[in-house]
Order: sequence, then structure tokens, then C-alpha cells
Amino acid sequence: MAEATLEAVTKSFGETTAIDGVDIRVADGEFLVLLGPTGAGKTTTLRLFAGLETPDTGRVTIGGVDVTRMPPGARDVAFVFQQYSLYPHYSVYENLAFPLRAPGRRQPEAEVRRRVTEIAEMLRIGHKLKNRATQLSGGEMQRVSIGRALVRAPNLFLMDEPLSSLDAKLREDLRVELKRIQRDLGATIVYVTHDQLEAMTLADRIGILDAGRLVQLDAPRTIYERPATVYAAQRLGSPQINLIPAGSLGTAPAAPACVTAGVRPEDVRVGTEGGEAARVIAVEHLGAETVALLEVAEGRHVHALLDPEHRIAEGAETRVAVRPGAPVWFDRDNRLVSI
Amino acid sequence: MTDAAAPAPASGTTSATPAKSAPRRLPLKPGEASGGARFFAGLLVIGYALIAMIPLVWIFATSFKSPPDSIAYPPEVIFEPTLEGYVNLFTSRTRQTAEYIESLGPPQTWYEELVRKRNMVISGPSRFADRYWNSVVIGFGSTFLAVFLGTLAAYAFSRFKVPLKDDLMFFILSTRMMPPIAVAIPIYLMYRELGLSDTAAGMILLYTAVNLSLSVWLLKGFVDEIPREYEEAAVVDGYTRLQAFRKVILPQMRAGIAATAIFCLIFAWNEYAFALLLTSGEAQTAPPFIPIIIGEGGLDWPAVAAGTTLFLLPVVIFTVLLRNQLLRGITFGAVRK
Repeated sequence: MAEATLEAVTKSFGETTAIDGVDIRVADGEFLVLLGPTGAGKTTTLRLFAGLETPDTGRVTIGGVDVTRMPPGARDVAFVFQQYSLYPHYSVYENLAFPLRAPGRRQPEAEVRRRVTEIAEMLRIGHKLKNRATQLSGGEMQRVSIGRALVRAPNLFLMDEPLSSLDAKLREDLRVELKRIQRDLGATIVYVTHDQLEAMTLADRIGILDAGRLVQLDAPRTIYERPATVYAAQRLGSPQINLIPAGSLGTAPAAPACVTAGVRPEDVRVGTEGGEAARVIAVEHLGAETVALLEVAEGRHVHALLDPEHRIAEGAETRVAVRPGAPVWFDRDNRLVSI
Repeated sequence: MTDAAAPAPASGTTSATPAKSAPRRLPLKPGEASGGARFFAGLLVIGYALIAMIPLVWIFATSFKSPPDSIAYPPEVIFEPTLEGYVNLFTSRTRQTAEYIESLGPPQTWYEELVRKRNMVISGPSRFADRYWNSVVIGFGSTFLAVFLGTLAAYAFSRFKVPLKDDLMFFILSTRMMPPIAVAIPIYLMYRELGLSDTAAGMILLYTAVNLSLSVWLLKGFVDEIPREYEEAAVVDGYTRLQAFRKVILPQMRAGIAATAIFCLIFAWNEYAFALLLTSGEAQTAPPFIPIIIGEGGLDWPAVAAGTTLFLLPVVIFTVLLRNQLLRGITFGAVRK
């Protein structure tokens, strides 16, 4: 395991700038998640670490070594693709053994068998080793994919949405398993996803990408509580953070620069004294909590997270206020105002 | 001839499909044919197959007829089979007087006996075996070259940044936009200058050139279907690009390569016009040779039919051997990976 960095890296494809001056330092043994919508540059960032793309400017290092011009095979990284990476003409065993049989990294057959069996047991696919890769279920395929990265014990694991093609239940199981394996091995992982739940649960730190720029790189909790921009605030939390003009719903701007208040739905109070009149538009009962959508003024909507005891009917008139001290403030350029 | 054979195996597989499908479930899924419609469709397919098979059956039957039976009118449907056509195909014979044949003593082999019944003796082997061998060398040789070069070119076009890629691909396609025979005369003159006339190498070169555009275009489609992630995974794991190509891409192109090879072989095997124009003594292939097998008083129809029957075999065998790959190859991405 080793630390890895991108230093002021820029990468363009023709006219489009995919990565624009990004600095990332992944610490040894860290689980770093890159979060952002499609086209934000997440996958390109991973491919730059792997050497599948070469940066236009800037440096890539792995374990303190400058690998910017090094071919992928020499970097000793493992890549887990979203799908497609299992070879359909090989058995599960051969798929898992494939990285150990690469020239220059070739292991004696006995060692290959030992490693493959060990990894297969760990991922609970030991009984499937003789199957063809195409005879596996989606979850098993993805385990084999992850297993193929694990057999080699590389410097750095790169995972490109490895769970996104699975159904919800499997995704949850594998997510827990992946975190356990990472902790056991002390592996350094850069993990790409657009799923905020995955990001929140897996990450030591989350990097938020927007159109090729790194907006914020912090612990999940820090980003949730102190998002650097409106964009970063909107990436975490479901339902999304409410953006309220300064002054309304009882919010008092703390500084002249404060233009927009970001208020999490759990900080919106419904049915209290004071505040503003609102109409309930929709109510979603999710079991442990209830989400209500309220219309405050013409065309302005607010999401509120309520206790399950809170009985509220669609169409009802009520009053809405923001918990004092709750808002995070953004300026005219949608940046956080530090107070 | 093989053009007539092509629909037959195809229709054969189509008729097999309903039979193999799962037992009847109720209610019908949308789009699924009812029992009556399926029966009618089956009847149609079988009927078509029978019509398509008639020329083949006719040729096959004629190859076992005696020369008089083969030209009898009305045609003989029931006849006494004989191997005379095959014997005539492989031998050259001379007519002799009864006394001379008598003086030779009893015939040594069954085919000699067959020939002597018509007052002939075998003077030596015919050139059919040579012509057939030429067809094999030229047909399979050009198929191998077209597929080999096509695979490399298709991979390069699919994966690398080739300058003027689209223009080059169009140029390759454009070589097939006019019928090859349109350039027969220039090729004839060039081949004469270059000493390629009537050589196997010349014919292999020509058929490879004609087939290459088809091969590149077909195979490029197959390479495009293989996700890049496969190679990238191998490259990250420490394989070189060439090793990744050999271990990962090539095995997955098998179906496409098989389908392409069959198309190339069928063209090279059946080609008649260039073979007639460019080959004569040395490198003549079977197609220009078979129709001019002369017997007594005109064409020796049973020998022609025998030659045609034998000529059909390699393509049929090749297609049957590769049928699984072919089915997957022709349906392209339709079969679940």
C-alpha cells in the first residue's frame, strides 16, 4: 500500500477539458471516494491514476515515485471496472489468476492457486471457481472483479462505480463487505460513484468534482455540515438542501455577504409559532421519518424532514420556520461564507 | 453452385428453431404466434427448403447416372446408379477396337471394367485432381490472408487514432463499389507484365485484395463490440497490448472471424470470371474446369455433376464445422454475452 497524488493535473479531450488543475492526495490506507454527476471527471481522474490516460500538464505520483510517464502495467495498481471486465472465455479461477500470470509479475502455479483460493473464500465465491464467468449472477461477477484486484495486493486500488450495476440489496451487502475488506487489508482505495449513500458510508474522505474541478475534499461529515459551495451542499443529503433567500423564513444573515441560506430539511420546523405561512403539497411516509414538500410563497418550495409522530395532511395550511443557527450561508458566487 | 446451397442450410436452421423452443405455455405472450400460425410458418419454411434443395438433389442424382440416363427425355427419376461419372471425372480415356480391348486380358480394377463396357481404356488420370487442389490452395490461402490482414486492420481502426480514419475506411469500402470484373482487363495486362498470370500466388493475391474490404468492415464491427475495458484491465494488470490482444480480444473475436472466413471462402471458392481469364494451364481452379469436361458427343453431364458435387463439399463441411460460431457471428450482438 502507498499514498498517491495528482498534482495540478489537467487533461483535455479535444475541445473539452475533462480535468482542470486538480490536486488530490490520497493517504496510505485511505478510502477516498470521488463523487459527482456524469461528466464531472470522476472516471478520468481514476484513469489518470491508472495510467490509462496521460495528463496534459501536472504530475502523478504513487508511493512517492513520479509515474506520470509510466505505462499502466508498471504502476502496480488494480482497476475495478463498472462492468465488462471479466473475460467471458475464461473460468472464474482463470479470471482471478489472470493478473498473477502477467509477464514480469508471474508467480509459480502453486502460489497462484493459494492466492486465488484465499481471495475466493474471502469473497464467498470459492464454490464457483470452475464456473464460466458468464454463468455467474451480477453480484458474483462483481465479486470476481473485485477479487481480481485483490489477488495482487497492489499499491493502489482504483474502483469505477463497481456496485452501480447491481440491485439495491446486493449493493448494500457488497458495500459493507468492501469496507470490511479495506479495513482488514489497510488498502488504499480511490473509489468513484455518483451515489451519495455509497460515498457517505464508505469514504474516509469525499472529493466532490464539478466539471473537472475539485470543489471540496473533506470527511463526509465536514462536507455535510460545512459545504464549500452550493454545488457541494447539493451533492450530499436526501432530500437535497433547501436554498432560501436571506431574510425569509426567519433566517437572519450573519454578514452582509450572505445571500443564500442553505438549510437541511431536518432543520426546517413545521407547525410552529411564527415563521411564514405555507401549504403542504406532498407528504412521503418513509417509516422512520416523513418528508414533506411545502410551498412557502408563489413557486418557492421547501423540503422538511419530520418525526413520524408528526401528523400532517396534504393541502393543509401551516407555518414554517428555520431552526435558529442552522443555516450555512453562501455568497453571491455560491461560495460558503465563513463566519 | 454454392449460391444455391446457401439458402438451404439457412432455412434448415430456421425450421429447427420452433421445434427447439420451450413447450407451449398459456396464455400467449404478446408477439408470440398461435399454433395455427406456427404450423403455417413451418409449412412455408419446409416448402421453401424443398424448392431450394431441388438443384442440389438434381446435381447429386445426375452424378450417379450413366451418360444416356443423364440426357434422357423425359428425365429419369428412377435409374440404376453407377459411378461412371466419377470415374470419367478422374480419368482420361481413349476409344479402342473390341479386338484390342480383348487382347489386354481381363480388367484389373472395377473402374477399368466400367470403362471397358463403353469400349474405352483408361489412358491416365484427368486434370481434375490438380484443378481441385488449386482451388483448395487458392481458396483457403486467400481466405487466411484476407482474415489475418483484416483482423489486424480492423483492430487498428477500432482502437487507435488513425489519421483520416473515416476516409480510409471509406476508401476500403469503395474498392467494392464496382464489380471486380470491371477491372479485369487492366488486371490481366498487369498480371502478364508481372508474371503473375496463371500462378497460384497471383490468384491468392487477387482474391485477398477483393475480400479484404469485406473482411475489414465486418471484423471492425466485431472489434467495436468488444468493450475496451477488457484490454484496459489486462494492460493495468501488467500485460502488453499485444498480449492483451492475443489473450483477451482474439478469443472473443472467434465468432466474427469464423463468419468472415466463411464469406471470404465462399467468394474465392466460387469465383469464375477471373479464374477463367487469368488461369489456364498451371493454376486453373475447378470452376472454369468443371463445365468443360467433354465426353463423347458433347459434355459429359454425369462427370460435370460429379465434379460439382465434390466441389460443393469443402464449403459445406467448413460451414457445418463452424456453424455454432457462424450463428453467433451473424446475429452479431443479439445473443447475450
